[in-house]
Amino acid sequence: MLEIRNLAKSFGGVKATNDVSLDFPDGSLTAVIGPNGAGKSTFFNLITGALRPDSGKVLLDGVDLAGRSPPEIVRHGIGRAFQVASIFKSLTVQETMLAAVSADQRTSAVLHKRFPLPETRDRAEHVMELLGLVSKRHRTAATLSHGDQKLLDIALALVLEPKVLLLDEPTAGMGPEERWRMIDKVRELWESQKITVVFIEHDMDIVFKIAPKIVVLCYGRILATGTPDEIRNNSAVVDAYLGTEHAGAAA
Amino acid sequence: MTELEAGRAQTLVPQRGGAALQRYRDVLIALIAFAVLASLPLFTGSKALLDFVIRCSAYGLFATSLNLLVGYTGLTSFGHGMFFGLGAYSFGLIMQKLGVPIPIAFVATLAITAIVAAIIGAICVRLKEIYFAFVTLAFQMLIHSTILSWASFTGGDQGLRGGIPRPAFLGINLANHVHLYIASCALLILGLLAMRQIAQSPFGYTLRMIRDNAARASFLGIDVWRAKLTVFVLAALFAAMGGMVMALFVSGAYPEFAYWTISGEAIFINMLGGVSTFLGPMVGTVLLLLLNDTVTRFTEYHGIVLGVVILFFALGLRKGLLDFVAEWYAHRRETGEGR
Repeated sequence: MLEIRNLAKSFGGVKATNDVSLDFPDGSLTAVIGPNGAGKSTFFNLITGALRPDSGKVLLDGVDLAGRSPPEIVRHGIGRAFQVASIFKSLTVQETMLAAVSADQRTSAVLHKRFPLPETRDRAEHVMELLGLVSKRHRTAATLSHGDQKLLDIALALVLEPKVLLLDEPTAGMGPEERWRMIDKVRELWESQKITVVFIEHDMDIVFKIAPKIVVLCYGRILATGTPDEIRNNSAVVDAYLGTEHAGAAA
Repeated sequence: MTELEAGRAQTLVPQRGGAALQRYRDVLIALIAFAVLASLPLFTGSKALLDFVIRCSAYGLFATSLNLLVGYTGLTSFGHGMFFGLGAYSFGLIMQKLGVPIPIAFVATLAITAIVAAIIGAICVRLKEIYFAFVTLAFQMLIHSTILSWASFTGGDQGLRGGIPRPAFLGINLANHVHLYIASCALLILGLLAMRQIAQSPFGYTLRMIRDNAARASFLGIDVWRAKLTVFVLAALFAAMGGMVMALFVSGAYPEFAYWTISGEAIFINMLGGVSTFLGPMVGTVLLLLLNDTVTRFTEYHGIVLGVVILFFALGLRKGLLDFVAEWYAHRRETGEGR
């Protein structure tokens, strides 16, 4: 269980994350939405150690991870993928996966053996299969399509076998059809891997369709949390973010 | 790029034994290369040719070690030559002052280099790109001026004179030209083999990840600072090995060995040969030394000629020689696969 307690972060006078407390039960799927500048990415950066919170706690199974370094937090089981695919451009898909498993098995500093170590193979294979990257295993990451690069980024997070997976806009920069394919993949991963997934998404149709639980952020604060129906009918959310169109559709 | 090519070659061999097979192949190539080099004195009495190979060994070790930083990790050091100079001076001083057997001086020099590199590295590797380049350069200048000003110990601008004693050990007499030649070749081949192992180990792939995207590497649980420091020290050790070969060859050590131009030469070598393949710097070494030797014979303005050649590679081709070979090979393979 991931518990966020009174998390806060300011940049100068701007409160990018303002006293946020949330629970993400094991195996839950949650969407985080909010207008641009609502502090969604900052929220992820605070949880994963890219930024140091000013105050508050990030509890994973009772262990406070707030303010620790990214490698430490990853090792505790919080993996993330990025809004702009963050990959290793000169490595092939397969090398990327094998090297990531090596990092997770703490053999990334081994000097006397040849890469890849045999014990890294099965996990790398498994995740490449999960994400449908097997046929592209020998492709250099830089030559992959945008969508495949996003998948590779998610694969990098997933291959570490995290307890919690944070996806920062998995569908960013994709066409409508590709978006649905990606989000189906995310849902499929969530169902098959039994992990906690939190994702940021802009497309309301997607969010309302697949997320059992939604968190709305606005100016660094939680504006509302709830099921798609609750969010649709929440007047504060409608005023601040959704506008009348969606509300009308719900009515 | 390179790894594209290296990765492909790896997956062509059967999956399970692939990595081990590649290692045997490297050892085999090394043995053949050593056999060829070692048998050279049997066919030629040319002292100049053997001298050329010894110099190639010294510079080759040095330049290849720089490629571990530049090509594999993306750390562009402008001060790598300090470890070349440090190796030459430490070795020369230990032999002159203590008169210990050569292998002991060799190991002691590596130990000293490791300590110095760890201290300098700890300060430098946190810095980003241009700052890293300039602070390493600053340390190089510091070591160079220490050598110049501490004249009572280092001989100042005269260098370590009076020759480095080279007592025989285990039947090897490095005062003998052929023995020195064979020993240099052996050090070169062993050094290259060790660096190749580093490049192809899990750690070598960690370095590639850091080069491509250090932030992402840390989100995979990799301690980027530690990995950078480790490779900084390892590269320094091989640079010091090159310096020791040089000290043995000229039987002395001179401040130029620690001057910033020696770092510049290593960077030129890497540009000439290319940083995307393991052997690029070795090819670059042979090219630069050949150029140096031939051009100085024809004109005293050899600096201008070398400068033009380097500009041609840097601005015109934007790649080293072996980069082209690797690309051509990868391209050929790709079209072959397409059939």
